Amino acid sequence: MPIIVISPLKQSFALSEYLLPAKTSDSFWPSMAAAAETSSDRTLRNAFGSVLSFFILLLIGVLAFSIRLFSVIKYESVIHEFDPYFNYRVTQFLTKNGIYDFWNWFDDRTWYPLGRVIGGTVYPGLTLTAGTLWRILNSLNIPLSVETVCVFTAPIFSAFASWATYLLTKEVKGAGAGLTAAVLLAMVPSYISRSVAGSYDNEAVAIFALIITFYLYIKTLNTGSLFYATLNAIAYFYMVCSWGGYTFIINLIPMHVLLCIVTGRYSSRLYIAYAPLVVLGTLLASLVPVVGFNAVLTSEHFASFLVFIIIHVVALVYYIKGILSAKMFKVAVTLVVSIGLLVCCAVIAVLIALVASSPTMGWSGRSLSLLDPTYASKYIPIIASVSEHQPPTWPSYFMDINVLAFLVPAGIIACFLPLSDASSFAVLYIVTSVYFSGVMVRLMLVFAPAACIMSGIALSQAFDVFTRSIKFQLPGILGKSEFDAGDTSSSGVVAENDAAKPDKSEEKLKERPSRKNKKKEKELVEKASVEKTSTKSKIEKRLLVLPLEASVIALLLLVFLGAFYVVHCVWAAAEAYSAPSIVLTSHSHDGLHVFDDFREAYAWLRHNTEVDDKVASWWDYGYQTTAMANRTVIVDNNTWNNTHIATVGTAMSSPEKAAWEIFNSLDVKYVLVVFGGLVGYPSDDINKFLWMVRIGGGVFPHIKEPDYLRDGQYRIDSQATPTMLNCLMYKLSYYRFVDVDGKGFDRVRRTEIGKKYIKLTHFEEVFTTHHWMVRIYKLKPPRNRIRGKTKKSKTKTSATSSSRKSVARKKNPWH
Amino acid sequence: MARSTSKDAQALFHSLRSAYVATPSSLKIIDIYVGFAVFTAIIQCGVVSVERGCEKELEITVREREISKKMRKVVYMAFVGSFPFNSFLSGVLSCVGTAVLAVCLRIQVNKENKEFKDLPPERAFADFVLCNLVLHLVIMNFLG
Repeated sequence: MPIIVISPLKQSFALSEYLLPAKTSDSFWPSMAAAAETSSDRTLRNAFGSVLSFFILLLIGVLAFSIRLFSVIKYESVIHEFDPYFNYRVTQFLTKNGIYDFWNWFDDRTWYPLGRVIGGTVYPGLTLTAGTLWRILNSLNIPLSVETVCVFTAPIFSAFASWATYLLTKEVKGAGAGLTAAVLLAMVPSYISRSVAGSYDNEAVAIFALIITFYLYIKTLNTGSLFYATLNAIAYFYMVCSWGGYTFIINLIPMHVLLCIVTGRYSSRLYIAYAPLVVLGTLLASLVPVVGFNAVLTSEHFASFLVFIIIHVVALVYYIKGILSAKMFKVAVTLVVSIGLLVCCAVIAVLIALVASSPTMGWSGRSLSLLDPTYASKYIPIIASVSEHQPPTWPSYFMDINVLAFLVPAGIIACFLPLSDASSFAVLYIVTSVYFSGVMVRLMLVFAPAACIMSGIALSQAFDVFTRSIKFQLPGILGKSEFDAGDTSSSGVVAENDAAKPDKSEEKLKERPSRKNKKKEKELVEKASVEKTSTKSKIEKRLLVLPLEASVIALLLLVFLGAFYVVHCVWAAAEAYSAPSIVLTSHSHDGLHVFDDFREAYAWLRHNTEVDDKVASWWDYGYQTTAMANRTVIVDNNTWNNTHIATVGTAMSSPEKAAWEIFNSLDVKYVLVVFGGLVGYPSDDINKFLWMVRIGGGVFPHIKEPDYLRDGQYRIDSQATPTMLNCLMYKLSYYRFVDVDGKGFDRVRRTEIGKKYIKLTHFEEVFTTHHWMVRIYKLKPPRNRIRGKTKKSKTKTSATSSSRKSVARKKNPWH
Repeated sequence: MARSTSKDAQALFHSLRSAYVATPSSLKIIDIYVGFAVFTAIIQCGVVSVERGCEKELEITVREREISKKMRKVVYMAFVGSFPFNSFLSGVLSCVGTAVLAVCLRIQVNKENKEFKDLPPERAFADFVLCNLVLHLVIMNFLG
């Protein structure tokens, strides 16, 4: 099966390489034999090129789609992980109840007893997209289930994203670079990790929206057409709908505008690209309920307004400069500067006052943790506890973008050589996204398209140069022998080429001037017909043409590099990123093991508990419980209420009785614990337990982290602290565990457990899955009063019960 | 020094005026349109800021006297506040948006602008209408 999947991939990659020489030939062929070329020939060539690139794009789309199907082939067509289950549930609701009920949806099955307003707190882009897709398919009499549509939304949109990359890179550096970048993006591992079939998350759609917004911005900038500006605003609206990462756009584009103004590249096209986008974009963004008035009130958006004012001032200045004489303009400048300074000071003061008056200076926690990477770990444990919010490690760069990391510098240099508005935008994009990817792992996803664009540019320019020099020399070898290059300069380049590819940036530096010379030469040739024998042009040619052998070797090396990238990407797609994490597999000497414990547990809950029973678990499993078991949960992955999560954390880290009281006050019937000790599943609740303690202790100070650590070490063996051994999480995880092998050996922590024979008084085990990965406990009902006792001493029991209540009140963290 | 600057300012004013008189009348119409849009936007913002200022003053008076209740009513009647913030926002942004789009149109139609030589004015106007249509559809939606 996988072989079938790979075949279009290889084909299209080979084709794209094939095309690049064909494309470049358009530009350089006339200079070689200008007289021989007729215009009809050229149009034929152009038509052929566009048809070819159309088919290549089609194949790229197929590649992007099919490389993401490994998860379906290897496992099955299921929704992956945690957040996608929530999105799936929302989509189901949308398709069942329609759009208006969706906006007004108050979900009472999560965050019991608070509930959650789903319609106003969710980014609706993904759900609406999949819902519309499903509706269209159904109206075409293609009866697919909602789940199938959800599973395949991400691969479809990654195909769209690679097409959008083609368009964007084409605007920056031409069609050849565009096709290369599209191929690279279609299989960049970082993007695959978020968009395999079944990974039904916001990012799947948002990356497409991000790239298309950038493309339309660049397109507007290049053409100065209001039509594209309108489309740009609409694309931005789609981005706002689908992901919170839209703030990246609304800060990056003003930065680029400012850069253009500062470097003196202001043009009226820039005005048309930016000003309507701000007005329309702000209005459209505030239409999305989750953003609302934040689009004008929070600091994330202030940069765009500031630049909006600046661009108006600059536009006015340029206009006046245009209609005035130089001398009068000088007078005007001196006048305006003196008055303008005062006004500017006033405006800045007002702005600062506005920003300072809003809480947390108007920045949300996640944005703050972007600007100050240590912010989250200091103040918000709930953001820091999520592994995808951690800073990445160096190997993860190699894993996620692979050889692109080496090609990016070359691409940046290629962007600088003829610096245009578009290429400066590309450079700015990659510089900012590199920074952001260094702060949070999950923002590697924003960095990946930029890396693909840059590498596409680098690769295509390199191919451009090498193939040109080959074509230039082929007739020389065939006809005249004087073209054999023996210069010292060119042999130096040979040595470099042979050395390694990381040197390519240097190599580029040498090649670039030759290209300019080439243009000059082209004109020369066209003017003075074919004058190849003149010494001057010969020298120029010597400079620009790389020796034949060197370019052939370099081409081979580049193809080899590309092949390595493809192999890595296919490996990443097939092995590293295709696991749905809801079904686990492991290979051992006696064959393949499948661990389907999660679904087993959720199915048990669905079939064996009352519809309105409340299930408590750590927040990671909230979305899955509501979606798969259809039971009410206390906390879920939305994490909007820190206190509520801290309550559950406190309960998990309290002794049994206190925990029972907390859970009982929340109406909880069942407690769900994930335990990996038997099969060695590392991301279980015992490993997450310290975060529960930290988050719980952040709100309820009687939970102290040092109580759970022995000499600063987290351990569960006989050396563990008594607080640790008596807390609910420990008891629920290891209850009856010793019965399995007689020793109680935990295969994740690789130790024997400290407390082997655990007695539960307030909880009873009701279900444990096949591999013990999910264990479900029921809260025992409060003990009935014994009738005889109440008769004997009514006053006494009432007194004790009241005293118990008061004790409970003390322990109960809400009072 | 002051005299020279005032002279300069006068000369500047004259040259600006003479330069502006030379612009074609179609552009002047667009300019008037832009001016009107900006003017309405400023009026709306102005009303709100005046109203806010009044509120602040009123708060002091509330503490001091009880008569202010009456006054407050009058003030609220006289000045429409920014209370339905979406209405205020859509009002102001509608004006700003109109002005911005008209400026864009002016840039594209202006014959002195070399960058837009290939763009026929009809096309520019069609784009302008489309963009306005989108803008005002959004505003009607946002108005509540």
